Amino acid sequence: MGLAAAYWIMAVVAVLAALGVVFLRNVFRAALSLVLCFITVAGLYITLSADFLAAVQILVYVGAISVLIILAVMMTREVQQGSPANRLKIPAFIVAAVVLGIMIYTVTATSWQVASAAPLAPTTVPLAGKLFSESGFILPVEIAAMLILAAILGAIVIAREK
Amino acid sequence: MNLALLIPEITLAVFAVLVILLDLGVRQKTVLRSVALAGLVIAGGVTAAMWGGSYPAQFSNMLAVDHFALFFKLLFAGIAFLVILASADYVDKFARFQGEYYALILLSTLGMMLMAATADLISLYIALELTSISLYVLVGFLKDRKSTEASLKYLLLGAIASAVLLYGMALIFGYTGQTQLGAIARAIQSMPPSAVMDSPALLMGIVMLIAGFGFKIAAVPFQMWVPDVYEGAPTPVTAYLSVGSKAAGFAIILRVFFSAFGMPDWLSANWGAIFAVLAVISMIVGNVAAIPQANIKRLLGYSSIAQAGYLMVGLATFGFAPASSVLGQSGILFFLASYALTNLGAFIAVIAISNKIGSDEIADFAGMFKRAPVLALALTFCLVSLIGMPPAAGFMAKFYIFSAAAQNGLLWLVVIAAINSVISAYYYLRVVKVMWSGEAASGEKVPSSGAPRLALFICCLGVLLLGVIPGLVMRLAEVAGRLFAF
Repeated sequence: MGLAAAYWIMAVVAVLAALGVVFLRNVFRAALSLVLCFITVAGLYITLSADFLAAVQILVYVGAISVLIILAVMMTREVQQGSPANRLKIPAFIVAAVVLGIMIYTVTATSWQVASAAPLAPTTVPLAGKLFSESGFILPVEIAAMLILAAILGAIVIAREK
Repeated sequence: MNLALLIPEITLAVFAVLVILLDLGVRQKTVLRSVALAGLVIAGGVTAAMWGGSYPAQFSNMLAVDHFALFFKLLFAGIAFLVILASADYVDKFARFQGEYYALILLSTLGMMLMAATADLISLYIALELTSISLYVLVGFLKDRKSTEASLKYLLLGAIASAVLLYGMALIFGYTGQTQLGAIARAIQSMPPSAVMDSPALLMGIVMLIAGFGFKIAAVPFQMWVPDVYEGAPTPVTAYLSVGSKAAGFAIILRVFFSAFGMPDWLSANWGAIFAVLAVISMIVGNVAAIPQANIKRLLGYSSIAQAGYLMVGLATFGFAPASSVLGQSGILFFLASYALTNLGAFIAVIAISNKIGSDEIADFAGMFKRAPVLALALTFCLVSLIGMPPAAGFMAKFYIFSAAAQNGLLWLVVIAAINSVISAYYYLRVVKVMWSGEAASGEKVPSSGAPRLALFICCLGVLLLGVIPGLVMRLAEVAGRLFAF
């Protein structure tokens, strides 16, 4: 009961914070609103007993990515003027509303498969076993290593003078 | 797990790192090119040596080592080899970043190889991102206004496409509880058909996958990035994008849709119909929009959209008759091989010409026959192949795909494709006409250096061989097209 209440409170706050990201004119406030959204999503993960995911969400999104965004905002001039007005506001709203409608229909009209086993708690140790074992997801982990190498090379190329 | 089966991929990863390390100490940067080429030759050679054997899937069915994957690995190694050869002079424009350039080409080739081989949604997504991120950077290598804009546009639209793709994967995972393609197929087949039909999640997931992959293959309506990115990117990268990225996208579509959604028949007919519609609009939009283009890179960009349309005629065939359409699948593989050679040939000729005259405008190609007869002839031959006229490879490629479609009751689609081929002849031949009859701006010759000339020779020879004796590659494509299910 308490868990369900926590879930709904955080779900509502997450949606409101996400709306704030879109509607706040001041970029810095929008960034802070995004941080709030990230934190509540981490909370949602906890109520769904995905503790490792929640910790990663806090570390990566609330920690690193938020700092990155705020730093970028600080380094950008003319932040005070806020985001420019957008001529495509109404078409974008219509498209977003249609997509939202379709997705709500999809999610509610489908009879989802529900796992028969209870969720694991805590998940961190079994996840490590899954990620780094040969019968698990070691291949995507290794590909991700190459992906990060490519990203570092890209950062070098973009940052250095020609 | 047998790491020996991963030698092509591991070789590329090792050589990419080797190129970066050598870049630190080596003054003579052409060494880097040779090292990158050597890596591709080894990777391609090992792949070719593995042909004919039968190997178990690795990493608990996450990575298939079948002939389909081997075919594409060989294709990607060949494409990257030709692109690197063709970049020989072009890299002077970013002399400081040669090491990164070759390393990123190798890494994106690695990503494409993994894309063709992976049989699991998670590793598929990461392999796709490895390819994409390398390409985003490669597009921005010139660091001028157009190139940077192209790179940013590609990154932003690519990120949206990735998000849509992930959403689709999440829906499919949520519905079936599986990420492995074979397991997804089994989960779908074990459900009562009425339950599958009543739940929109699976169909919605499939639609989103098509949107995400459609971005990779530049199908209309997911093509808006193509003209600007093709124009702004360094021309060798444009060439690489237009064939490598597209072939990887088709490889993924073929594997995912055949392995996971190939059965039951009504499901595959559903996505076959989506591909049929996309094929029609891609062909029409690509060909009509190509007509007024004045820039050769933009023209080839729109032409690549139209070519994706012809290829999707094959996908539609594949959806309507997955069990019997061996010709449909192998036709797509043959088309991709011939398209790779043809389009690379066209781009290499463009690189060689515009590197010397300093312009990509078609009008500046006037009288090129007098200034660079060999290049003009090669470009003409490749454009003729893109139209689909004999004796070039493009003719046989279109013949295989269209005849498979006609045999499987898609005659209307073939008729539309044929009309489009006629439209396309107009703008391809316009370039030819400018080159052969236009008045040259100057009598100065346009010389070209050895490596691009070698690459151009390989492409034109390949286009001719595939056009005259298609049976050789077609046999490989048939072997590659038959397997999948596991």
